Amino acid sequence: MNDRMLKGVRGNMTTLKFDEDLCKTCPTGACLVKCQYIDVGKDEAKEEMLKIIKGEDSIVLDDCVTCYACEEYCKRGNHPFYLITQRREDKGILTAPRAITRQWINIGEPRGKYKLGEMKEKALSFGFMAQFLELVKGRLFEDVMPSYFFGQEYFCNVVYIHFANTSIIKERLPMVIDNIKKLGVKEVVFMHDECYAAFTSLAPAFGMEVPFKSVHYFEYLYNRLQELRDEIRPVGVKVAYQRPCSSRLCPDTHHYVEDIMKLIGVDLVDRTYQGENALCCGSIFRMMYGYELAHDVQRRNIDDMVAHGAEYCVFNCHGCQDALATEIAKRGIKPIHIVDLCRMAIGEEPETEGE
Amino acid sequence: MSDINRSLTEIVGEHYVSNQPEELYFYARDPGLMPPHKPDYVVVPKTVEEIQKIVRLANQNKIPIVPMGAGMALTGLVIPLRGGIVIDMKRMNKIIEVNEKARYVIVEGGTSHGLLKSYLDKNYPRLRHSIPDSPATATIAANVMIHGQGRLTQQYGFNSDMVAGLEVVLPSGDICKIGSCSLSPDWFSKGAPLPDLSGLFLGWFGATGIITKVALKLYPRKRMRDVEIFVTDRGNLVPDIIYELTHTEMVEDINIFTQPLPMIFKDNHHITIFMTGDTDEELEFKKKLIFGALDRFIKGKDGGFMSVGLAMKQTLLEMPQRSVSRFADVKKGGGFEYSGPILLVERYLGCTRKLVELASKYDLAYSAMARIIGRGHCMMFGFSFTFNRADPDMMDRVRKALQEVSDYALVVGGVFWKPTIEEQRMAIEKMDPNTWNLMKMIKKNLDPDGIMNPGNWEVA
Amino acid sequence: MKYEEIIHRCFRCGYCKLTGDYVDFNCPSYRKFRFETYAPGGRMWLIRAWLNDEIQNSERFQEILFSCATCANCVENCVFTFSDDLVNIFIAAREEMVNKGVIPSVVRDYLKNIYVHGNPYKEPANERGTWADGTSIETYDGQEYLFYIGCVGSYDERGQKIARAVGNLLMKAGVSFGILGSREGCDGNEVRALGEAGLFQLLAEQNIALFKELRAKEIITLDPHAFNALRQDYPGLGGEFEVYHYTQILAPLIQSQMMPLKEYRARITYHDPCYLGRHNGVYEVPRKILSSIPGVELVEMDQNRENAFCCGGGGGNFFTDILGGGEDSPNRIRVRQALDTGASVLAVSCPQCAKMLEDAIKVEEMEHRLEVMDIAEIVTRALS
Repeated sequence: MNDRMLKGVRGNMTTLKFDEDLCKTCPTGACLVKCQYIDVGKDEAKEEMLKIIKGEDSIVLDDCVTCYACEEYCKRGNHPFYLITQRREDKGILTAPRAITRQWINIGEPRGKYKLGEMKEKALSFGFMAQFLELVKGRLFEDVMPSYFFGQEYFCNVVYIHFANTSIIKERLPMVIDNIKKLGVKEVVFMHDECYAAFTSLAPAFGMEVPFKSVHYFEYLYNRLQELRDEIRPVGVKVAYQRPCSSRLCPDTHHYVEDIMKLIGVDLVDRTYQGENALCCGSIFRMMYGYELAHDVQRRNIDDMVAHGAEYCVFNCHGCQDALATEIAKRGIKPIHIVDLCRMAIGEEPETEGE
Repeated sequence: MSDINRSLTEIVGEHYVSNQPEELYFYARDPGLMPPHKPDYVVVPKTVEEIQKIVRLANQNKIPIVPMGAGMALTGLVIPLRGGIVIDMKRMNKIIEVNEKARYVIVEGGTSHGLLKSYLDKNYPRLRHSIPDSPATATIAANVMIHGQGRLTQQYGFNSDMVAGLEVVLPSGDICKIGSCSLSPDWFSKGAPLPDLSGLFLGWFGATGIITKVALKLYPRKRMRDVEIFVTDRGNLVPDIIYELTHTEMVEDINIFTQPLPMIFKDNHHITIFMTGDTDEELEFKKKLIFGALDRFIKGKDGGFMSVGLAMKQTLLEMPQRSVSRFADVKKGGGFEYSGPILLVERYLGCTRKLVELASKYDLAYSAMARIIGRGHCMMFGFSFTFNRADPDMMDRVRKALQEVSDYALVVGGVFWKPTIEEQRMAIEKMDPNTWNLMKMIKKNLDPDGIMNPGNWEVA
Repeated sequence: MKYEEIIHRCFRCGYCKLTGDYVDFNCPSYRKFRFETYAPGGRMWLIRAWLNDEIQNSERFQEILFSCATCANCVENCVFTFSDDLVNIFIAAREEMVNKGVIPSVVRDYLKNIYVHGNPYKEPANERGTWADGTSIETYDGQEYLFYIGCVGSYDERGQKIARAVGNLLMKAGVSFGILGSREGCDGNEVRALGEAGLFQLLAEQNIALFKELRAKEIITLDPHAFNALRQDYPGLGGEFEVYHYTQILAPLIQSQMMPLKEYRARITYHDPCYLGRHNGVYEVPRKILSSIPGVELVEMDQNRENAFCCGGGGGNFFTDILGGGEDSPNRIRVRQALDTGASVLAVSCPQCAKMLEDAIKVEEMEHRLEVMDIAEIVTRALS
């Protein structure tokens, strides 16, 4: 790490900084009152937040399940989740079992196993998830493919806020930025919310300079679909959208789901667990807390999709899809990634054919 | 042509006997690290009668005989240490009878696990047997002969505990039936309520007779299987975790592995938990109990269930797991060998530490793979090292490391599984002398001329 | 030797000799000889021993190497990352033996006949097109497709019947095509498989030059062996053509009702040729043709598709017959498997398989219970 970057790491979370006064004068305590996993009233919510501000112990530090939703529930522009994370880290309060945390940190370690496509000025980023290579096919991506990159060297590391470990993010992110810079790309389309949030929100907050333009793939898809408008045949199905936790880190991109569905003639069902009320897919819960919470959340979520007549469940994140696809399919709902749904709309067949 | 060659030709036909350099070269070796020794002949018989004749011929001429299945024990058990005749059993691979309601199968002595699995899948979808993770070519007879373990070992013990009867060709050439089949048409027990004579053959590596038929117990096959992996960074907690898991009686197989690569496996102990069910409800119920049993470890942040992706799940759910064989190519060299002593689960942490220490001392790539035997009654702990067959120095380092494992295993109360000749010698030395005397009496009475897989279970 | 750096990596675990579902041993030479030495693992270990001077190139060693039917079951089932190269390794070892001139006499004869006569039958080149006499099949002259026959379809009596059946069907369907007749040369697939790399290159280059001279762009092959050579090996020698097996041309014609089929009541089982199936991944097209025929009941042998058991004719064994003889010769095993399905017709899509299996039916005395028919012959029957 060079000096400039070290300075960046030491610098304050400028935009993600928690403003105590703002919190103290909050009329609603929405961050915790609305929390779907901690049951507190308005007064208690404010009390607990004050404890956290003062560095005291709080039930929140023990019970927060890292769904990131409070970042959105707070309408006053404060950052309760980042504060909770910071305090947990300071106090050494683990969210996940040590072995799970270690495993995730190990997975993210660069080992020279990255993969690059034919790099152009504009490129797709898959984080370290190779499975995107199977997804980004057809005309939607012909503008940019085969310009892509993935691997631990290009992995945003934001997932570690689930593990109350921002220091590893601060340690690795400057190198990641540097690695992407070395690719000579000017514009990166991020296929995952966390990566997009990393370069548009966390990195600037940590004082790191991002020398390329970051585009969320929703925006990219929306624009491509506009270009291919004449070829769109309305898909005409009812879908439920599974909003991932990391979408809360870049809430400004969420509107694209509705925009895209409109564009491709898909009926987004109006269900209980959507938008701000979205439920976690449960995969993180399962690893961190075991059976009950994950099972309960998944059951309620899928029941809700069924009750509202969804024929498809549309995914944005592979993690959610892996966690829910099998159960959803058992209930008669087809799991599909949003990219595949868009491909269907322009007459492409997402599944690869045989002979 | 020698008299022996002529006689063997008469017995099995000219196409199924060889004393050609090609066969002698190949059958002098197994894929492990033991030094080669050539047989004089290799035969591939088709019938029990042919085997009887071969044994009688060997008896008359005092020629050693080594029966062989797929030869995958890796510890040299089918290398003909004193030459003689290697009998490749794999042409005798018929499935003779399945009794569905009594849940047993009778197979010929060269029938492979893969073949039985395929046969049951197709014809008896509600029955299964305990499949080991050795390659699918491994034979059932050889596997029970070495007290192998398989997918049902946590529930029902060693695969040899699941034997329900044997037909054996004795060193004299006589056929002997072992178990209920000795006086009944039904093969439901290898011993009880009679004196259990199966012990005269199982675990003897062919030194007391050749298994020509095995009856094997079959077990209910549920429609679904699933797998979860519980990870912990505290090896000392593994015995407690196993105790809780086995208490649920909801688990099929339990394997524990730890290895440095790939990165996802670094630093942790992985308890792989298999479960089965006929319905989603049954499987979910078991899963709930299993998660519940480990809840205190999760709450204490001492362990958790990792996310197992679809690809990893498929790899783990395979029977046998082909990925086990792939360990041979980690160093791009087609070989691995392990020492797999049977010992108490509470020795787990010591074993992993020893393995890591030896891997570092000898600069080797390693993997630890333990399988729970019975409800935590003991385990097989595999100290496994991969090597490059084209790198003699690496092979030598693995030999040395495995020698140290052998010493260590005895110190911590372990008993060698499918021991090399050297480990057999160490075992005999440490064994209660009266036990060894009894073994000697058995061997001397059954095989007075010492023609059966000589070198095994004898003092040189 | 090529691939020498891989040879020692075989663990001889034996997955290579089984089907993917373990239903049976599926290596043709292992099924016949039953010594481990005749299985892929045995070959790997013995080639290494030979390169290290631990064993010599004996007659038995030659039998072990040349009895490989190059059926690629081992490629399909080997668990290691070098699995794709297994058949290539055995061919490379054969190349070494050919280069040193120490090979079985039947192999030498085959190669010599190709070299001298351009075909293994020692027949004159100008009779290569006589199979088409009496048909109205034209000589290739810029038609849409070039129909390439290969040695077996050109000269072997059984092969010729199949060539005529396919040719007539293509005519009937109005496909624009022509044949090379006496100008056709051996495709060389078996020459390559038997380890004569130099001769193969010569044959391939001659064929490529001729195809290019005639401006042929799309080629229909009768024989999956030729299909394989043209599709897999010719591009590397500068011969980029669109290559089809004839079933790939027939299937769409039949499915689009361009060739309306009448009822043909028969229980049929289909034998996958290794060079169409495992080597080139075409499993469903022939089956689609068969199941499009009204009245046909398609039944599968246990060993089908990726797990199909080779007829024993691959890798030059059709000509050298090293795998022949005895009740465990692969073609005899295969027809017994076919009979077990209760089928009365054993469908093939390769002239070599047709002949191998027909011979086995005679030896097994099954003539009255099982008949070998090429898919083209079955379709012809359903048309009449």
